[in-house]
Amino acid sequence: MNEPLELGITAELAEKIREHGVETYPYECCGALLGTDHDVLANAPNQESGRISREVLSLFPLVNRRDDSPRNRFAVTADDVREAEKAARAQGLEVIGWYHSHPDHPAMPSDFDRDHAWPWYSYIIVSVHTGVPQDMTSWRLKDDRSGYLEEKISPMKVSAAN
Amino acid sequence: MSVKVMIPTPLRVYAGKRDSADVSAATVGEALGGLTSQFAELRKHLYTEDGKLRAFVNVYLNDEDIRYLKQENTPTKDGDTISIIPSIAGGSAENSN
Repeated sequence: MNEPLELGITAELAEKIREHGVETYPYECCGALLGTDHDVLANAPNQESGRISREVLSLFPLVNRRDDSPRNRFAVTADDVREAEKAARAQGLEVIGWYHSHPDHPAMPSDFDRDHAWPWYSYIIVSVHTGVPQDMTSWRLKDDRSGYLEEKISPMKVSAAN
Repeated sequence: MSVKVMIPTPLRVYAGKRDSADVSAATVGEALGGLTSQFAELRKHLYTEDGKLRAFVNVYLNDEDIRYLKQENTPTKDGDTISIIPSIAGGSAENSN
């Protein structure tokens, strides 16, 4: 992953992530990012020049399964992952990543995030302070699991699926 | 005995972009070992440094979670399918609660 990483998302979908973080505040929200990745996924259409290689085209909001510590933890079970994958396939998409909120914490991945992260996926984090959404960032785990690479969130005007 | 191992999307980049691999194995553990022999880069994402399957790596033998079978010692038979399904976790702070 030497090239700068970039994740395309419409303002509407980014707003839905923020709204989910506000809705569940002071607890963490979580959900799946459904979309396409032209570099890896066989079913992705041919990339047009100048187009972002990875794009979020739909969301699949989930229930945070960590009811013991939902203020600073989130969990998505394997069954939830399968449901998200099923929803993605139904739309001709793939699960390309996950989003979650950090209530009253910055939108920076924690060591706990890193220990539990998968490579390749995009991890969007939205910070929600006192119930108000703040920064939104996106990250990918380094191949050697030593840390994260930040990826640029690029606004898309219209969904590439349209 | 040939077993098909389904590779989850986030790991395909380490497996020649393949979504599955056929390996010869008599147990689930042997199948995963065969997979990581073919694609060594997968190992650190599936196993901890002390060789245990990572907690967020879920392995199913024909749709049955191996935690409810004999874990990695679960025997396999010709034509079985093993699926690696991620679970996802994270959070903002170091300490729980």
